[in-house]
Amino acid sequence: MKEEPRVGVFICHCGVNIGGVVNVPETTEYAKKLPYVAYAEHNLYTCSEAGLAAIKKAIEEYNLNRVVVASCTPRTHEPLFRSACQEAGLNPYLFEMANIRDQCSWVHVHEPERATAKAKDLVRMAVAKAALLEPQIEPEVEVRDTSLVIGAGIAGMTAALSMANQGFKVYLIEREKEPGGIVRKLYKLYPTLVDSSEVVDPLIEAAGSHKNIEFMSSTTLKEISGYVGNFDAVLTSPDGDKEVKVGTIIVACGALNYRPPMGLYQYEVYDKVITQEELDGILRRGNLGKPERIVMIQCVGARKGEIRPSELEAFPRSDTAELLRKILRARKEEGWPYCSRICCMNAIKNAILVKEQSPRTDVVILFGDLRVYKEYEDFYRKARDLEVRFIRHVEEAPPEITQTPDGRLEVMAYDSLSGLEVKFPADWVALSTPLRPRRGEVMHARMLKIPIGTDGFLMEAHLKLRPVDTNVDGIFIAGTVSGPKDVSESIISAKAAAARASILMGNRKVRAEAITAVVDEDLCIGCGLCEEICPYGAPRIENQKSEIREILCRGCGSCAAECPRRAITMRHFGDHQVLAQVKALLIPESLEEVGS
Amino acid sequence: MAKEVSEEEKRVEEFEPLIVAFCCNWCSYAGADLAGTSRFEYPPNMRIIRVMCTGRIDPTFVLEALSMGADGVLVAGCHPGDCHYQKGNYMMEKRFSYIKRAVESIGIEPDRVRLEWISASEGGKFAALVREMTEQVRQLGPSPFRLTHDPK
Repeated sequence: MKEEPRVGVFICHCGVNIGGVVNVPETTEYAKKLPYVAYAEHNLYTCSEAGLAAIKKAIEEYNLNRVVVASCTPRTHEPLFRSACQEAGLNPYLFEMANIRDQCSWVHVHEPERATAKAKDLVRMAVAKAALLEPQIEPEVEVRDTSLVIGAGIAGMTAALSMANQGFKVYLIEREKEPGGIVRKLYKLYPTLVDSSEVVDPLIEAAGSHKNIEFMSSTTLKEISGYVGNFDAVLTSPDGDKEVKVGTIIVACGALNYRPPMGLYQYEVYDKVITQEELDGILRRGNLGKPERIVMIQCVGARKGEIRPSELEAFPRSDTAELLRKILRARKEEGWPYCSRICCMNAIKNAILVKEQSPRTDVVILFGDLRVYKEYEDFYRKARDLEVRFIRHVEEAPPEITQTPDGRLEVMAYDSLSGLEVKFPADWVALSTPLRPRRGEVMHARMLKIPIGTDGFLMEAHLKLRPVDTNVDGIFIAGTVSGPKDVSESIISAKAAAARASILMGNRKVRAEAITAVVDEDLCIGCGLCEEICPYGAPRIENQKSEIREILCRGCGSCAAECPRRAITMRHFGDHQVLAQVKALLIPESLEEVGS
Repeated sequence: MAKEVSEEEKRVEEFEPLIVAFCCNWCSYAGADLAGTSRFEYPPNMRIIRVMCTGRIDPTFVLEALSMGADGVLVAGCHPGDCHYQKGNYMMEKRFSYIKRAVESIGIEPDRVRLEWISASEGGKFAALVREMTEQVRQLGPSPFRLTHDPK
C-alpha cells in the first residue's frame, strides 16, 4: 500500500530578495491549507545551516515523507536540499523546488500582490508534484582502471604519462607513423626559443618506454560502444583490428595547421609566398640566406566571415554528422570567424629568428589585430627592439601581392594610421594561418557523441566550469582538439583531462543518473521507435520488447514523449507528475484528487 | 472629453492571461533564471514547468494545458545544435507542427501556442518574450476553455 504523502513546505525569504516582494508569511499560511501539506514554515535563508537543520528537524518531528522548498533555482540549490533530505533519512528524490526568486520576486519587483499570487501558484504546483514523487536510486557502475588516449601529440602523450605514472594502464594511439603531432614538426617554440625537440623528444621517449603505456602508431579508432567506466573500443591499423576495454577515454587528436588554398594571397602562384610553417622549415634548415625584406601577413583564413544564427537554425534535424558537414561547408564559404590565438606569437617568433639569422633583413608584420597576451607582451617588445616593424593595415582592405617586372614581390596595403597606401618590395611573404579543426575529429565526435561547437572544434561540457569534460561521461578532451592552444596550454589541458579521468579510475566506481526512462513491458509492442530516436543507444529491442539500459540513459525523456503506446515512463518527470503540475495550476481545487 | 472605451477594449485591458510554459532545464529554464539574476521585469502571467529537455514534452502536455483553460502555452528549449541531449529540440520541433494543427482542430487559435529557442545566456530575450506573448494572448482574449482561475 502506498503511504499517504506528508509534505513539508519551507518558504525562503532569501533576506529581502524574496521577502521584500512576495508576502512570505501569507504564502506560508496558504501552503499550510493545501492538501497533503503536513507542515509549513518560512525561513530567513532556507539554504543556511539553520534552514537546513529546520528541514531535517521537521522531517523527523512531523514524519514528513516529501519536502518542498520554495526559494531560488533548482539549478543551483537542488543538490544542497536533496542532501539535507538524505541526511534526515529521506530519499533525495522525494524533494521538489518552487522557484519564487529568480522567476518571481526578482522579475516582478513592482507588482508585489501579483508576485505573491504567483508564488502561491508555484508552491501549489510543487506540492502537487511532490505528492506524486517516488524514491529513485542512482545505480553504481564499476569503472575499469584503464584509459584510451586518442592522439599522441604533445597533449596525448602528456595525458597518457600522467595517468600511467599513477599506475593506470593506458592505450595510446596515433594515426601517423610517428608520435609528436604538430610540435615535432616545429623548429623552435615561443617564448623561450628552445628547440621543439627538447620538449617533444623526452615525452616520446618516456611514453614509448613506460611499462603502463601501450603505444600504437598508424592506428585509429574504428568502433566504440559502452558507457562511462566500461567502453569497448575497436582500434584499427594496417596490422588488423584490436579490441580494448577501457574505463575512460581522452580525445587528444589535435587540429590542422591550415594551408591556404591556391591563389589566396597568391599562395602557390608565386613561389616566394609561403606559410609560417614553411618559413619555420627554412629557418630550421638554415637556408634563409640574406633577404632584403620579409613581409608577414596575419589572420590569413581566420577572423573572417561569421556564422549567422539563421544559418544555424536552418541546419538539418537529422544526425550530428550532417550538422557537422554543414558547419564545415558554411566555413568554407563564409570564412572562419574565430581567432586562432597562436599565429601572432608564431609570426613574432619567426620574425625574431629571421633577425637572429640575418640581422639586416627588414621584417614587416602586417596585421589587422595583434593579440599578445600575458607575458608574451615581452616577446613582442623584444621583436620591436630588434626593429621588426608592425604595421596595422585597414581591415576592410587586405594586403595585395603583385610581382614586379624584375621578379620580386611587392606587397601593397593601406596603413590604418595614416590611411595611406604603403608598398613593400619583398623577397618572401609569409602567411600566418590558423589552426583549424580536422575532418577526422568530426568522425571521432560523431562516434563518441561529443557535440561540435560552431567553430568546428569539439565542445567542452562547460566553457568555464568543466573545460576538459565532454557531454559524455568518462570522455575528456585535451589539447587543440577543442580549439587553438599553444604548447603550454595544451599541456595544462592534458594534465587536467588526465586528472579528471584518474578521479573516475581511482574511485573504481561512479554513480549514474537516476532520472532515467523505464519501459512497461505489457504496453510495449516492440516497434523500435525509441531505439531509433535515442541519441545514446539506451533502448534495445529484444524478443519484441524494448529494454532501456539505465546506465546508457541520460534522462532526456524524448522516448517517453515519442512512444506511440505510452509504454515508457520518465522517472521523476512522468506524464502524471508533469500533468499534476498543470492541473494544480489551472484547476486549483483538483489538488485534492492528486494522491488518490 | 474622456475617450470612449468600447466593451471589447475594456475586456482586453482587464483580462490577465495565464500562460503555461514548459522549459528545458539546460537552456530556457536557465535563461529564465538569468532574467531574474539580471532583474529584467516582465508581467507575472507565466508559470514555468521544468522538464529536462523539450524532447520530453508530450503533445498531450500542451493540449491538456489548453483544455484545462490555459490562455497560452509556451514551449521553450535550446537553440538548434545546442541541445544538451543532442537532438531533443529537433524532435520537439517536428512534433510542434502537428501540435499546432491539433490545437486548431479543437477550435483554439494556434497563436496561443508557441515554440521558442532561448539559450542560458538570453535572459533579456526571455523577458521580452514573456512581455510580447502576454500581450499577444491578451489580444486573443480568454481561452474558450477557461474555467475559474484568475492570476490577478
